[in-house]
Amino acid sequence: MQEIVLIGLNHNTAPIELRECIAFSEKDTLGALARLVDIPVIDEVMLLSTCNRVEVLLVSKNQPKAILETKNFLSRFNDLPIQRFDAALYALQGDAAVRHVFRVASSLDSMILGEPQILGQIKSAYQTATQSKTSGVILNRLLHRTFFVAKRVRSETGIGGNAVSISYAAIELGRKIFDSLKDKKILLIGAGEMAELAVEHLIRHKAVEIYVANRTFERGVNLAKKFNGKPIHFEEIFDTLEHVDIIISSTGSADFVIHKKQVKTAMKKRRNSPLFFIDIAVPRDIDPEINRINNSYVYDIDDLKGVIEENLEDRRKEAGKAERIIDEAVIRFREWYKNLDVIPTIVALRSKMEGIAGSELEKTLQTLRHLSEADREAMTRMTQAMINKIMHNPTRLLKSDSPHINKSVYLDFARRLFKLDE
Amino acid sequence: MDSLLFTVIILYILSTAGYLAFLFRQKERLNQAGFFLLFCGFILHTITILYGASLVGHLPVHNLSETLSIAGWAIAGLFALFQFKYNLKVLGVYAAPLSALITVAAALLSTEPVHADKILESYWLIFHIITIFLGDAAFALACGLGIIYLVQERTIKNKKHGFFFKRLPSLQLIDSTGYACVVVGFTMLTIGLFAGFIYAKTVWGRFWSWDPKEVWSGITWLLYAALLHGRASLGWRGRKAAIMAIIGFIVLMFTFFGVNFLLKGHHGVFTQL
Repeated sequence: MQEIVLIGLNHNTAPIELRECIAFSEKDTLGALARLVDIPVIDEVMLLSTCNRVEVLLVSKNQPKAILETKNFLSRFNDLPIQRFDAALYALQGDAAVRHVFRVASSLDSMILGEPQILGQIKSAYQTATQSKTSGVILNRLLHRTFFVAKRVRSETGIGGNAVSISYAAIELGRKIFDSLKDKKILLIGAGEMAELAVEHLIRHKAVEIYVANRTFERGVNLAKKFNGKPIHFEEIFDTLEHVDIIISSTGSADFVIHKKQVKTAMKKRRNSPLFFIDIAVPRDIDPEINRINNSYVYDIDDLKGVIEENLEDRRKEAGKAERIIDEAVIRFREWYKNLDVIPTIVALRSKMEGIAGSELEKTLQTLRHLSEADREAMTRMTQAMINKIMHNPTRLLKSDSPHINKSVYLDFARRLFKLDE
Repeated sequence: MDSLLFTVIILYILSTAGYLAFLFRQKERLNQAGFFLLFCGFILHTITILYGASLVGHLPVHNLSETLSIAGWAIAGLFALFQFKYNLKVLGVYAAPLSALITVAAALLSTEPVHADKILESYWLIFHIITIFLGDAAFALACGLGIIYLVQERTIKNKKHGFFFKRLPSLQLIDSTGYACVVVGFTMLTIGLFAGFIYAKTVWGRFWSWDPKEVWSGITWLLYAALLHGRASLGWRGRKAAIMAIIGFIVLMFTFFGVNFLLKGHHGVFTQL
């Protein structure tokens, strides 16, 4: 009997150095799939490789052998002795493998719980497998169920809700202060990856004017160009406070760049229109006391991290709901899979035919009331014989053990031709 | 009439339950249910009041029960209106139970409808009462928004987000809706006071008679005038505006209840038990 098998390693079982050694590039994947599917005990196969995991999903009649062969393959392909990575590998079969695939796609197994990229990565891995024709009936079905489950988890639970990155957390806060970030004016002080990312998010939310202040004016000019903004001199920051709404600061300054007194004065000039300070610098640029001024809000890096931790906690709670959705999906997949077995299919096919023959026979006999009891019996025998004759070849074919036919394809076709799954 | 009012109360209470459930579960359907129930309650409440008016031949505002009923009606109606404009769902958690509570009080205090003196039958009076109550309802909503603002501001300033952060709208939206409520309330109060002056002139021959209610209404009016002026010219917004809206409403409550119970005057008749 064919079973689904999953062999892999992820961020929990293997350190980055090991994951790097085993990772497959997109080009590698094509070659790897071709070689994997050539292994006789592997009927269907798919390969997922991201920076956090490498997983081989396959279908095999001889699972222990398939697992062994796959390990050998990983070793040969990456030129790495098995002992180096064997301890990091996990091998799952049947329901456990199915559950794992559902959990990975729903981002329950991700490093950052609920991050959305993984689903796209699985989709493209599956696409590569279908293009290479290494996936078959079982993996096709499994992956379609997987996409469905992942979508359901995303829409029915809050697993993807609330920001879990610094820049998104800042955006989320901004939207709780200003409602919409449209037409808001931004002042970026200093430079840095996180600060620039936050500015990019703000621009995507239709923030308009971007002012860029830098100790070295030239750097400010370059950065301003990137955001289509206006460079200003460091000394102009104080005057700019009057016009902007969101200040993102990320300088290497040892002292505060913006002091409470300055904001108090600016607040009067801007008639208490709210100011939101995002302080990504360590040591801090913005005097935390500014948070006590009415209508001004200061979040430093630790505050934002606190927000993220809180949001992650929410996601963890939501993960429980997601697990229940997955439990249900695993059971449903199991039911479909069980039916893909030979005997249930033959039984279903026969009972379908008997059902049709029985009801047609009854209808006909109703109109032929003059027939004797013996005639009726003869007709019943005849339909029975027809069913047996019709069933003969399909039964033999489905039951055959020939290695040349992919039985799951035949079973799937039989079930679909006669609509046995309804 | 009592069974009508009873149904209104049930609808308001169900609406409250819907809004509370919405607050916790955050399912849009619960919000819609809450709004629908409140709206049905409001329609039925309108019918109840009109029916009561048709029985006694004038607007039923001659004892505390009747005035409270009008107040509850005004809050429900005004909330529905603001809901259309601003879609500030969470305010339902405040407005629905407030309407329910006030209407319950009205039902508990309910007595036989009074056939009042001739002096109470005047269009100016009806106009005076309706506008004043609509204004009061708007101030009640402004107060609720002030409370919501302070809660959300505290959440953001303290950086512990917890239960409210996600569930309450942005500060700016709460603030601007609260401002709109005060503007509506102030306009209504002003119109209502003028209608009252004209009515007083026709009945007592003078616009202003230093009745305690008049004096306190004047104080309330000045307070809200100061709030609006401060906002327009000095930029009093956010926390300051929220606190003023709450204080304004407390003074208003005193004008509504306190003056009648503690001080004597010609408005006493409207809130007698």
